[in-house]
Amino acid sequence: MTLLETEGLSRRFGGLTAVDGVAFQLAEGEIRGLIGPNGAGKTTFVSLLSGRIRPSAGRIRFAGEDVTMLPAHKRVGRGIAYTFQITSIFARMTALDNVKLAAQRRLAHSWAGPDSERLEAAAMDALARVGLAARAGGLAGTLSYGHQRLLEVAMGLAMAPRLLMLDEPTQGLSDEEIAGFVGLVRGIARDATVLLIEHNMRVVMELASRITVLERGRILAEGTPAEIRRDEAVQRAYLGG
Amino acid sequence: MTAGGLDRAALLHLAVPALLFALQFVLPDYHHVNLARVMVLASFAAGYNIVFGYTGLLSLGHAMFFGAGLYTAGLLAQYAGVAAAPGFVLAILAGALFAALVGILALRTSGVSFMIVTLMFAQAAYLALHYFGDYTRSDEGFVVPAELRRLFGLALADPATRYFTALALFTGTLAVCHAVARSSFGRVLAAIRENEERTRMLGYDVFAYKLVALALSGAVSAAAGAAYAMLFGYVGAGLASIQYSIYPLLWVLMGGAATVLGPFLGTLAMFYLVDTASGFTSAYLFLVGLALIALVLFFPKGVLGTLRERALPWLP
Amino acid sequence: MDFGPYLLLATMEGAVGAAVLALTALGLSLVFGVMRVVNVAHGEFFMLGAVIAWWVAHLVGAHPALGFLAALVVAPIMVGLVAAVAERLVLRRLGYDPEATIVATIGLLYVIQQAALSTFGPDARPVEPPVDFRILLPWFGYSGYKLLVIAAAAALMLCVWWVLARTRVGLMMRATRFDRETARAFAIPVDRVYGGVFALGAMLAAVGAVLIVPIQQAHYLMGHDPLLLSFIVVIIGGLGSLRGTVLAALVIGMSDGVISVFFSPTLAKILATLLVAIVLVIRPTGLFGARAA
Ligand SMILES: Nc1ncnc2c1ncn2[C@@H]1O[C@H](COP(=O)(O)OP(=O)(O)O)[C@@H](O)[C@H]1O
Ligand SMILES: [Mg+2]
Repeated sequence: MTLLETEGLSRRFGGLTAVDGVAFQLAEGEIRGLIGPNGAGKTTFVSLLSGRIRPSAGRIRFAGEDVTMLPAHKRVGRGIAYTFQITSIFARMTALDNVKLAAQRRLAHSWAGPDSERLEAAAMDALARVGLAARAGGLAGTLSYGHQRLLEVAMGLAMAPRLLMLDEPTQGLSDEEIAGFVGLVRGIARDATVLLIEHNMRVVMELASRITVLERGRILAEGTPAEIRRDEAVQRAYLGG
Repeated sequence: MTAGGLDRAALLHLAVPALLFALQFVLPDYHHVNLARVMVLASFAAGYNIVFGYTGLLSLGHAMFFGAGLYTAGLLAQYAGVAAAPGFVLAILAGALFAALVGILALRTSGVSFMIVTLMFAQAAYLALHYFGDYTRSDEGFVVPAELRRLFGLALADPATRYFTALALFTGTLAVCHAVARSSFGRVLAAIRENEERTRMLGYDVFAYKLVALALSGAVSAAAGAAYAMLFGYVGAGLASIQYSIYPLLWVLMGGAATVLGPFLGTLAMFYLVDTASGFTSAYLFLVGLALIALVLFFPKGVLGTLRERALPWLP
Repeated sequence: MDFGPYLLLATMEGAVGAAVLALTALGLSLVFGVMRVVNVAHGEFFMLGAVIAWWVAHLVGAHPALGFLAALVVAPIMVGLVAAVAERLVLRRLGYDPEATIVATIGLLYVIQQAALSTFGPDARPVEPPVDFRILLPWFGYSGYKLLVIAAAAALMLCVWWVLARTRVGLMMRATRFDRETARAFAIPVDRVYGGVFALGAMLAAVGAVLIVPIQQAHYLMGHDPLLLSFIVVIIGGLGSLRGTVLAALVIGMSDGVISVFFSPTLAKILATLLVAIVLVIRPTGLFGARAA
C-alpha cells in the first residue's frame, strides 16, 4: 500500500528551484534511501514532506489524505516525524526530558498531560533502544556529538510515527556507532516506514530496500540498491564513476 | 533523583507561605503593610514570569493586564457596587480574555517585534484610560471607599485581613507557578523557549501553547491588579503605565527568570532597596534604571537562576 | 477664523513638527539600520538636548541668538558624548543582543530621566527664540522662527544624506550595516563605526530638540512623544531608508499636527500607537522580525 505520494512537488528559493516537480511514492513498511550530491535538494524535499516549509507547487498525500496544506504540527499528529540534519535537541534539558517531550503529546489525552509513570516508561524505553538509558539524567547539551545524534533518533522513536524521516543521521558518527545504528534502523522499520537520507553508501546499500537518487531537485533514478549501483547516470552524477 | 527534587521543591514552596503567615504576628505595622503590598506585586511578577521566564516571551506590556484587573474590580465596585469576590472573579476573566485578544495579534510576531507590539498595545490601553478620564479620573485616580471593599463579610481595609488576603493570593499564584513548572504543559513551554522550531516538529501547536500561557499570565496579573484595588483602595492610571510593565520585568530579572520563587524574591529586594534609598534621596528611578542595566550586563540569570546553576539544580 | 485659514495654520504647525520629527526619527533609524538594535532611550537623548539647550542659553545670557547658537553647538556634542559612553559601557558589552539592548536602554531611559529631574527640576522652562519676527499672512501672523526650523531641519537632513551617500565614513557605515563580519574583514573599524553611529543618532535627536525648545519649552518628561512618534516613523517608513524615514516623518508629523488640532490629541495618540502595533503584526518579518531562518 502507498503510504506517501507526491505529485509535481516543487520549491523555489528566489531564482533557484531546489525541488523541481518531484513525483514520489513510498510504500508502507519499506526502508527507502534518499541520496544525491550536496545541494541536490534532499533536505528541502523532506522539509516539504514534514511541513517545515511550504511547497511552491504540487501535492502531498499521506495515508490517503491530502496533507499539502496541513501545518507541520498536525502532520506530526498524523504520524510524520522528522529528525533534523543539524542536531537540534533541547540542550539545557535532560536527555530524558527531551524524549518525554517527544512522547507526551502522543500519550496525553488532555491538557493535564499524560500519566507521569507511563510517560517515564515510554521515554526510558526509547532511550534504551538507542542505548542512552544510562545518560537519561544528564543535560542533553553535555552529551557527545554521537550521543546527541542518537538522542535525536530516540526522540523520533518516542513519537511512534508511521513514517520516520532521518536526515543524515550517521553524519559524524564513529564506525562502531554506525554499526549500532544500522541495527537500530532495522528495529525501527518493524513498526514504521523509514525514509533515510544518507551519505554513507555502505549504510544505504545495507539498509534500504529501494533507493531514490535526487539531483538538482529532480529524481534521477530509482530502484533497488543493486540497480542503483549499476545505473550509469547515477555513477556519472554521484558515485564519481 | 527526580522524586527527591520534587519533594524538596514542594516543601520549599510550602515553607515560604508558612513563614509569611508566621511573620504577620511579629512584624511592626510599617513592614506589615509593606509585605502585603510586596505579596500582591510579587503575584503580578509571578504572572509575568509565566510568559517571560517559562515561555521566553519578553513582553513589555503587562501593565495592561495588571490594569485590566485593577480597573475591572475598581470600576465595578465604584460604579456598580459589585462586591470584592465577584469583582475578583470578573477581573480574572477580563485579564485572561484581554491577554488572549492581545495574544492573537501580538503572538504573530517574535523577539523585538513582540516587545514593541506589546509595548504599543499597553500604551494604547494606558492612553484609553485618559481618554475616558471622566470615569477613570486619569492619573489622579480614585479611591475605592472602605465600605465597598469587603470579602465574605470581612473588611479588606483592616490590616490583618488585608495581609491574610494578600497571602492567600500569593500562595495561590505560587501554586499555579509550581504546577506549571512541574507539568508537561510547562515542559512544552520551556521547549518553546529553547527551540521553537524543534518543538513544532515534535507536533506541538506552538501558537496555541503561547496563547494559553499568555492568557494564564494575563489572568494571574489581573488577579494581582484586582487585589491591589481591593486591598489598598486606590485605582489610578499610573498603575497601568509603562512603568508597571517594566517593574515585573525588573523583579523577575532580579529574582531569577523561570524560577518559582524568583519573582517574590526580586519584588521584595527591589521594594526594600527603593524603600531604603528613599531615606536618602527621592531619585529612586536611578535605582530602577541602574538595576536594569546591571542585571542584563552582569547578572542575567538573577539570584535564584544563578543559585540553581551553581549549587541547587533541583530548584524549580 | 474660517476653515481654510484654520487648515493652513494646522498644516504649518504640522510641518514644523514633521521637520523636527524627521531629524529625531532619522537618528533612531540610523541606529537600527546600522547596529540592528532598538534604542528605547532615544527620546531621552532628545529631552537631554532640550535641557542642555536651556542651560547653555541661560549661561550665555547675552543676546538670545547668541545663546541659541551656542546651544545648537554644545547640546548635540554633549548628548553625543553621553551616547558614546553608554554605547561603550553597555551596548558593546551586551554584544548588541537585540532583546538585552532594549532592556538596558530602558534602564538608561530611567537614569537619564532621573538625572534631568534631579538637576533641572520638574518645571518646564522656555528658551527665547533667536529671531523675533512674524510673517504677516492675510488671516494671521506666523512666527518666522518656525519657518527657520523647517529650513534648518531640511538643511541638516541634506547634510546627513551627503555624509551617508558621498563620504568614506558613510561608505563604512553602509558596509557595516550590510554585513558586520565582512566589514571587519575589510579592516573597517566596526566598533568605532558602531560607537559613532550611536552618538550620531543621539545627536540628531538633540539637534531636533534644540530647534523645538524655543517653541515648546524644556521639560524632563518631554522625551516620550518623540520616542513614540519616531518609532511610528521608523516602522512605517522602512528601516535605515533615509527617503522612507523623511517621507513617513512628513506624513506622520503632518497628520499628527492636523489631527491634534481637530481632534483630541489623546485619541490621535491612541490611533498612532495601535497603527504601529498593527503594522508590525501584519509585517512581522519585514522590519524587526528577521531573526529566524
Ligand atoms: N532556506 C533556503 N533559502 C534559500 N536557498 C535554500 C534554502 N534552503 C536550501 N536552499 C538551497 O536549495 C538547494 C538544496 O538544498 P538542500 O535541500 O539543503 O540540499 P541537500 O540536503 O540535498 O544537500 C541548495 O542549493 C541550497 O542552497
Ligand atoms: Mg541536507
